[in-house]
Amino acid sequence: MGTQRTVAPAVVVERVCKTFHMPAEQAHTLKERVLRARQLRGGSRFDALQDVSFSVDQGEFFGIVGRNGSGKSTLLKCLAGIYRADEGRLLAAGRIATFIELGVGFNPDLAARDNVVLNATMLGLSPAAARARFDHIIAFAELEEFVDLKLKNYSSGMLVRLAFATAIQADADILLIDEVLAVGDAAFQQKCFDVFDRLQEEGRTILFVTHDMGNVVRFCRRALLLDHGRMVSIGDPQDIARDYLRLNFPEESERPGTTASRSGDGSARIEDAWSEDEGGTRRTTFLTTETCVFRARLSFAETVEQPNINIVWVNEHGQNVFAVSTAAEPRGSGSFRAGDVVDLRLSFVMSLAPGDYDVSMVVSRPGSGLDIMDRWERMFAVLITSANAAGGLAELPHELTIQPAGTIELEHSA
Amino acid sequence: MSVSTPAAPAAAAPVRVPVLQEIRGPSALTSDCRRFLVLTRTIAVMEFKLRFFGSVLGYLWLLMRPLMLFGVLVVVFTQIIPVGDDLQHFEVALLLGIVLYTFFAEATGGAVTCVMDRENLVRKIHFPRLVIPMAVVLVACFNLCLNLVVVVGFALAFGVTPTLSWLGLVPLMVGLAIFSSGLAMLLSALYVRYRDIEPIWDVVLQVTFYGSLILVPYEAVRAKSESAASVLVANPLGAVIQESRHLLIDPSYVSAGTAIGGSARLLVPLALLVFTFVLGLWVFNREAPRIAEEL
Repeated sequence: MGTQRTVAPAVVVERVCKTFHMPAEQAHTLKERVLRARQLRGGSRFDALQDVSFSVDQGEFFGIVGRNGSGKSTLLKCLAGIYRADEGRLLAAGRIATFIELGVGFNPDLAARDNVVLNATMLGLSPAAARARFDHIIAFAELEEFVDLKLKNYSSGMLVRLAFATAIQADADILLIDEVLAVGDAAFQQKCFDVFDRLQEEGRTILFVTHDMGNVVRFCRRALLLDHGRMVSIGDPQDIARDYLRLNFPEESERPGTTASRSGDGSARIEDAWSEDEGGTRRTTFLTTETCVFRARLSFAETVEQPNINIVWVNEHGQNVFAVSTAAEPRGSGSFRAGDVVDLRLSFVMSLAPGDYDVSMVVSRPGSGLDIMDRWERMFAVLITSANAAGGLAELPHELTIQPAGTIELEHSA
Repeated sequence: MSVSTPAAPAAAAPVRVPVLQEIRGPSALTSDCRRFLVLTRTIAVMEFKLRFFGSVLGYLWLLMRPLMLFGVLVVVFTQIIPVGDDLQHFEVALLLGIVLYTFFAEATGGAVTCVMDRENLVRKIHFPRLVIPMAVVLVACFNLCLNLVVVVGFALAFGVTPTLSWLGLVPLMVGLAIFSSGLAMLLSALYVRYRDIEPIWDVVLQVTFYGSLILVPYEAVRAKSESAASVLVANPLGAVIQESRHLLIDPSYVSAGTAIGGSARLLVPLALLVFTFVLGLWVFNREAPRIAEEL
């Protein structure tokens, strides 16, 4: 990657501001405009971008992240020339291709050829060039058998493949890619990312908008975090991913459901819980294969023998992916007297698939586990990233070899 | 899924040193004039193809509409109502008028909602915004060319002798196209803000039909009121229709210059035409940067 890296900037954004006027009520007719002139003068302003400045080097894979409404799509549209910035300047070196949505302008009543020519022309290719590359496009989309079919008879998967194959033909130096592009099945996504890798090797600059931190860490060399139209931070993708999580935290704890999920009779209390790395630094982002340390401080208000302590990692789909229980440990949890304060340390090699996980903890009296002393659900979240995840639920340590037939047994039986 | 290498023509990676240039945002016309023309043509050709896609007779349907109307009008005006009896080949003059009006109505009426109809493009892709109304006008131009073939065919069939003055139709048609383009730009830009434009323009088009000397020829209007007749010729569409008849069919149809009362007065429809075009371009150009947000 980055074989052609140069110091010259490909994109420069200088103090860009963009404000949308949102009238309280929209007036679409003359009559409304005349009759309600006073009412309409009001309405609110929405600052989509405020004083955003950054620059992207040529050949860089640059991520723009933020929550919904943070202004990342507005920024992309300003760069694409679809919106005009109110203040500031945007500069770009070379041709820009925008992938905000695939297959814009596709007409369901036309066959693939006409649509490819139309779409490629919209994206900036000459019709002659589009026609010349038509066979390549169809081959890449794997649609050779369906060339003469009208687009309305295509499946959605076929449409996306055709649109993507057409889009990457635009000979642009700078590619603006919105996350909506990451549709389609896993195999197709992989194909998309392979193409991005190739384009980048060719020295193209890629600006990628997403809220999937896994993709940011995996692909981007640098990233920018936006929140409410302002720049929060810019730099290393790992740091940006962590900042992004921190940004999301305050809102998490304000959610009534989160605080309500704390329950118990007060006989024991989870005072604090966090995760850290081997060096003792608190962290919420981990790479798979890294050692992760879970820490908690407990206080007991009554004497108890062998309470059950359970810690669970729950993925985005609500599945308990990893659980540890003192009931299953040979030594159990131990005995505690009223007033004891203890620290818990649990270390393990992170083997979870990339994604967001909530960590929950329960302390209960011995027995069925239903007699709860303190339960704290979704204490905190951790983000797991991986440089080469294959898509399973877990990333177990493994060794893969492919050798001529018969030679594996020789080595491994020895 | 196999990872086939997509088309990566060797020529696609020339050693270029791109220079930083400012991104100016959307506009009516970008600096790349060629792209504007290519895009307009591509979109217009697709639209034209689409209109009769899948119908058995295809383009014939396009000719059918003016022909049918022509048939009805011939019966009504030559057999029932005695208008234009004393005029040479009034049927052909009628058809010519209808064909020119059809072009005008198609180009301007179709342009009203065109930007809104292509909302998806406007919001998702950067391209010269003027492409959208101009593609509508271009499609209407294609239709006009086909229809004019029919008109010429009828003219010959009805015994009109071809003369060199027919060449005069070319600048007339160009003028009409410029006038229609001006209105197309104006209407499509205004419609984004004011939805009233659609019903208003419907009414205006109807009035134009009766105010452009199509059904009732200039000679018939003059018989009632000379000043009213010259006012109708001041309307650029009326002037084009009158002059086309003069050039194409028979000199007995007075030229637009004579009809308006002196060639110097032709500056009035010409000025209207130029004014409309400049106004349309100015309004569209002013609105273009914000169209994506206003939709």
